[in-house]
Amino acid sequence: MPDGRPLLSVREVSKSFGAVAAVRDVSFDLYGGEAHALVGENGAGKSTIVKMLAGVHRPDSGTIELDGIAIDLGGPADAKAAGIAVIYQEPTLFPDLSVAENIAMGRQPLGRFKTIDRAAMVQQAAQLFVRLGVSIDPNRPARGLSIADQQLVEIAKALSADARVVVMDEPTAALSGVEVERLFAVARSLRDDGAALMFISHRFEEVTALCERVTIMRDGRHVSTDLLTDVTVDEMVRKMVGRDLGALFPKQDVTPGAVALSVRGLSRDPVFLDVSFDVRAGEIVALAGLVGSGRSEVVQSIFGVDPRDSGTVEVVGRTLKPGSPKQAMAAGVALVPEDRRQQGLLMELSIERNVTLPRSRSLSQLGFLTGGRERRSAREWTQRLKTKYGRLSDEVGTLSGGNQQKVVLAKWLATDPKVLIVDEPTRGIDVGTKAEVHRLMSSLAAEGVAVLMVSSELPEVLGMADRVLVMREGRLVAELSRSDATEESVMFAATGQEARV
Amino acid sequence: MTAVDLPAPRRSSLDVVLKVRELGIVIALAVLVAVTTISNPRFLSGQSIRDILLGTAILAVLAVGQAVVVITRNIDLSVGSVLGLSAFTVGTLLQNSPRLPVIVVLVVGAAVGAVCGVVNGALVRFGNVPALVVTLGTLYVVRGITYFWAGGSQINADELPSGFLDFGNATVLGIPYLVLLAILVLVVTGVVLRNYRTGRELYAMGSSPQAARLAGIPVGRRTIGAFVVSGALAGLAGVLFAARFGTIDAAAGTGYELNVVAAVVVGGVAVFGGSGTVWGAALGALLLTTIASSLAVLEINQFWQQAIVGGLILLAIGADRLVAVRVAAGLKKRGSHVS
Repeated sequence: MPDGRPLLSVREVSKSFGAVAAVRDVSFDLYGGEAHALVGENGAGKSTIVKMLAGVHRPDSGTIELDGIAIDLGGPADAKAAGIAVIYQEPTLFPDLSVAENIAMGRQPLGRFKTIDRAAMVQQAAQLFVRLGVSIDPNRPARGLSIADQQLVEIAKALSADARVVVMDEPTAALSGVEVERLFAVARSLRDDGAALMFISHRFEEVTALCERVTIMRDGRHVSTDLLTDVTVDEMVRKMVGRDLGALFPKQDVTPGAVALSVRGLSRDPVFLDVSFDVRAGEIVALAGLVGSGRSEVVQSIFGVDPRDSGTVEVVGRTLKPGSPKQAMAAGVALVPEDRRQQGLLMELSIERNVTLPRSRSLSQLGFLTGGRERRSAREWTQRLKTKYGRLSDEVGTLSGGNQQKVVLAKWLATDPKVLIVDEPTRGIDVGTKAEVHRLMSSLAAEGVAVLMVSSELPEVLGMADRVLVMREGRLVAELSRSDATEESVMFAATGQEARV
Repeated sequence: MTAVDLPAPRRSSLDVVLKVRELGIVIALAVLVAVTTISNPRFLSGQSIRDILLGTAILAVLAVGQAVVVITRNIDLSVGSVLGLSAFTVGTLLQNSPRLPVIVVLVVGAAVGAVCGVVNGALVRFGNVPALVVTLGTLYVVRGITYFWAGGSQINADELPSGFLDFGNATVLGIPYLVLLAILVLVVTGVVLRNYRTGRELYAMGSSPQAARLAGIPVGRRTIGAFVVSGALAGLAGVLFAARFGTIDAAAGTGYELNVVAAVVVGGVAVFGGSGTVWGAALGALLLTTIASSLAVLEINQFWQQAIVGGLILLAIGADRLVAVRVAAGLKKRGSHVS
């Protein structure tokens, strides 16, 4: 149990990436022998905190103190030397090297002439696994280990480094129940040996099961730090989401028409399971849930970019072949992907080329694309979306994020879709553009387009959607009407808590 | 939870596979030598073996350097040109001061190569450009510098001091100096890669660059280091080349880079980094050199040689892929369980 002095203190740290302030003036303390939870919505700044502790990012201002002495973490090696071990959501092992070598990397026991003493190295790894109570062959390569085992290897790494501060960034996201139990047993023994544990998770039952103290972050700021005995799950959820629904969401009331998109029993092991829903013409349906709950994978599978194991997708009564985006497009489906830089745009090509890309066939004459037609069509659509640009021939990469998003929208709206799927339509764009995108989606719905929107932003979900579908761990767990959907009810469903509102 | 018994340190399946991998090359060599000897017994004469060993020595030194770079998930295409520059440099140096001891000449050659290696490494590290592109560029630049400097001239054996040429031909206990030098390079590099932290970090970088950075490995410094080793060894190979052939012009070593990469790949060094050994690379060099010489003995058209080497590369990659798939399947099954 904590004696008065914190082992590690984060003091008023701030970090910005470009114009975006990821973390602002956050302070908290970690005590030896205590597990400390860090919770917050997606984008609250948790990962940035982790990366600062890991030495990957350096704080713009503020300090990190170990035993009351400010330390400068200029790189991962510094963090390691300071006794801070970070276990990432995606383990970072060397697949070609043996498990023992992965654990010992940089600290291999040395024998004569400073050569690595392999026998001792394997012995050390084996002893660590005994201590952790797991059976992993230290001689096998890390390649092929399950995520759970990889995480145990990461913990063994932390143990072998005598880490005093162990940071675990959503370690349970990909684990089964039994594996979580095993991980927690290991984490508790670490804590009981005097290490300061920082545990990041979206799952409140895990936070309450493991941790003594909880820090809540929202929008890059510190909200509160409490003992878990002093705070209820309800309060935590409210503190996580509790912001004003300030922005106006101009959703027009539309009487839904016929079913435009019908999804039945869509499954892809282990990402999503038995997902069924309908979207009617004129309706905006939001697909909510935490990052990693399978939302993006579902819509990509509908569009045919990702494969699926089973299930059917019908668009206006026509069944879509799996794995054929071309057919989906022909049937009138458009997908505005989550990551516009990687998936939505060709950054080196001109604006006009990007806008007309999905229609390059219909716009061409005798197989040739003529600049004039392309330009006319691009001008029309970019004007409709009020896109700001210098010349249509400029590279898309030179535009601001919001305008890039408009180009992606223009590109797909120009195909005259019956079903529009948007994945995080307003991520990383400014408030003004956000409102424009929302207005646009609303007017499209009014024109009879069926809109399926994946979004992590609760205000957007609540403001725009006629219905909210909530996914958790690959399953559709709740369907809330516009009147039933509140920040609390959506968050409860997404995190697996009983709705008690 | 129950404790597990400490398993006795033993070879992992990967080790066995890699051993088998090198065994495969040895078997291929044995078959090749046997077939060729049956067809023409003179293939096993002293002179023929000597030629093969000398050729292998030069290629193996290059292959060892290349393996170091490839293990870090990079590639060095400039080695043939560096060899040429180094050979021409030491040739010119010896023309002007014939009394230089061989050891100094070796050091000069390696230094010339190391400088080229620094340039390659720095461009890859700071320019953030793929090594393939950088070294393709330096391949031409270095060759161009050599042509400009040589200006069409050629250094002939009679212009080189006899002491240096002796070094290229003399033997100790029947083994040529060049071969001994190549073995020394091989052993030292092999031990560093296997038994020293720095060596293991090179494997780690190639296996997962992202994880290597997070593990605090000085990735940039090690990348430059790997290119310096490759460059220095290419420079050293240039001295061996000069000593063996005695005749050096600006085109020396043209096209060697592809032989070297072939030797490394055939020797089982994964082109995506992280696995393989310099022993394998050296065996690959021996196999390729032996093929060239046995085709001559068997009076098979030399043009076939390239096709055979190409086929061998495809075979090697295919075999590696097959083994990798099987090993991966096996490893998944061997995953641990909750106890």
